[in-house]
Amino acid sequence: MSGITPIIMPKWGLSMKQGTVVSWLVDVGASISVGKPIMEVETDKIASDVEAPDPGVLRRKIANPGDVFPVKALLGVMAGEEVTEAQIDAYVASFVTPVDADDDEDGAAEQAWQWIEIDGIRVRYARRGNAEGGKLPVLFIHGFGGDLDNWLFNIDAVGAQNPVIALDLPAHGQSSLTLAGTTLKDLARFIAKFLDAIEVPRAHLVGHSMGGAIAAQLALDAPARVASLSLIGSAGLGREINAEYLAGYVAANSRRELKPVVEQLFADASLVSRQLLDDLLKYKRLDGVSAALTELAAGLFPGGQQGELPVPALAAGGIPLQVIWGEEDRIIPAGHAALALKGIKGAKVTVLAGAGHMVQMEKAGEVNALIKAQVA
Amino acid sequence: MARKISIKQAVNEALDQEMARDPAVICMGEDIVGGTGADGEKDAWGGVLGVTKGLYAKYGDRLMDTPLSESAYIGAAIGAAACGMRPVAELMFIDFMGVCFDQIYNQAAKFRYMFGGKAETPVVIRAMVGAGFRAAAQHSQMLTPLFTHIPGLKVVCPSTPYDTKGLLIQSIRDNDPVIFCEHKALYGIEGEVPEASYTIPLGEANVVREGKHCSIVTYGLMVHRSLEAAATLAKEGIEVEIVDLRSLSPLDMDTVLDSVTKTGRLVCVDEASPRCNIATDISAQVAMQAFSALKAQIEMVTPPHTPVPFSPTLEDLYIPSAAQIAAAVRKTVKGGKS
Repeated sequence: MSGITPIIMPKWGLSMKQGTVVSWLVDVGASISVGKPIMEVETDKIASDVEAPDPGVLRRKIANPGDVFPVKALLGVMAGEEVTEAQIDAYVASFVTPVDADDDEDGAAEQAWQWIEIDGIRVRYARRGNAEGGKLPVLFIHGFGGDLDNWLFNIDAVGAQNPVIALDLPAHGQSSLTLAGTTLKDLARFIAKFLDAIEVPRAHLVGHSMGGAIAAQLALDAPARVASLSLIGSAGLGREINAEYLAGYVAANSRRELKPVVEQLFADASLVSRQLLDDLLKYKRLDGVSAALTELAAGLFPGGQQGELPVPALAAGGIPLQVIWGEEDRIIPAGHAALALKGIKGAKVTVLAGAGHMVQMEKAGEVNALIKAQVA
Repeated sequence: MARKISIKQAVNEALDQEMARDPAVICMGEDIVGGTGADGEKDAWGGVLGVTKGLYAKYGDRLMDTPLSESAYIGAAIGAAACGMRPVAELMFIDFMGVCFDQIYNQAAKFRYMFGGKAETPVVIRAMVGAGFRAAAQHSQMLTPLFTHIPGLKVVCPSTPYDTKGLLIQSIRDNDPVIFCEHKALYGIEGEVPEASYTIPLGEANVVREGKHCSIVTYGLMVHRSLEAAATLAKEGIEVEIVDLRSLSPLDMDTVLDSVTKTGRLVCVDEASPRCNIATDISAQVAMQAFSALKAQIEMVTPPHTPVPFSPTLEDLYIPSAAQIAAAVRKTVKGGKS
């Protein structure tokens, strides 16, 4: 029906099947702009906001706080004033929750990932999004100890506009537990080879933390391949980094040890769920992970400081650059954002309040809007 | 990369990966190869339930079929461990431990202590535990408390394929004797398990379900019965937290106390006979260390103090059920302060 926009249960990450409604953030009758948080939804991994896909007026709340709904189920209705209550009733009555394409069988999430071997290292990656607009793909590079699920709230939102690619770096996530080197140059070279292997000559790069430094290094080494840079809570700008966090993350082997360490990543520590910790522990307990992370940290962060700073060197490159930070970042200080402004002409800097190092998760809506604007 | 496999496959994979990694790892037990002595037929069985199937073809004589003499081969495994090997001995049914108890509790468990740390006994004794197999009173016991009673022994009893693989690999790498209890009714259950090797530390409990009204502390098959009970109780508005102990020695009391402090109520569920079992131990420790957190009486769900019956009807009644667990939770939730 024209004029009606459904608010549906989002799908965050490939394994999400259902979510719990935590609360509504707007009242019936409120007019809503694109990207405005409408409600809070919780999954077994994390809680986040559902944002308006289109502008409109919230006319009907269907979901109540505490209710559990499958992905794509109808949670509420937005519509213009010309739409009558009866029309909304009819819309709600006739709404059928579409079958989740990834939900056919248990192994579907696995199939949505792809695998490719580069220099003997098996790399897991996801590639999807809007390939029809002729836009360049966006490559997401996660940080130290992370994996492609760090982009849970981002890849599908950005994917509505551009093709998107996210990978697990060597010795991270479900890629082989073999390092591709311990310098930014090594890692940037690996990313270039990965892009060769999947036949992507040029892309927008979005990097978080260590992934930001790798993206900046690739922009220095192969500027023709990089259409733009979005660096989030990024390494590679200043020396300081939370060495205690790095050591604690590498050493933690139980939920009890890991929880206080991982809580430092978020402004809101309550976002660190049991499932999030279990998933991290499952990775960290694999043979070889601890040794690989120790070696990587020693290479990139010798003496508890950042060893390489590629971002200031970008000044001459002329590649569009934006820097995004969570104001309460306890891993790499948000003060580093200003360093980008100093030397680099046209660099855009956004510091978001109420977010920590995982700003792309805590303030997904704002970060997604910034990335989409950069890669449009 | 993770895929779904059974507990039986998880045990096999852990043994396989550790034998590949460390030439000191050997396996011994009754019929773990297949036993006839002829090539080709030797690998026919892989143990009574086929858990070690396929390993003989890869590792040959590092898997040893032993005579039907537990006292002999458990003694041999402990001796080999003291001399630098990492034997994994399969004792088939834990009920048969009785005949080799001196080697286990008076020798293996004491070496490190009595030789001033100069001797280590990195042996794993795998054994099937638990009822529900229609195997009568001598093949169905949950004898875990006999082993947690002995200082110097570690005792593990996993409930999922993921935990089984990680805990067995950790047990093999551990330098102390570990009694590794595999519940025969759980061999077939499937779950996601990474293909790569990984370890889970001994002495770390796992909160398998979060809830705020009552804690259930349990292990093994009873984790699954408790999850069933929790699903029923959730419909009544009672949210249960379930702590799967995984290792019984060392015991993760911190996680138990955290959970009870949060919920204020405790139900201990144990498939072992009720006198001096894991449930009584946990209850006593909670009563001593977190009495002020308790809002109501502690409840225990255990079998009756009888041998496991052979009659299928009686055996089913003997094993604690989800309904009994749910009833115990309701009782403590109704009792005491709110």
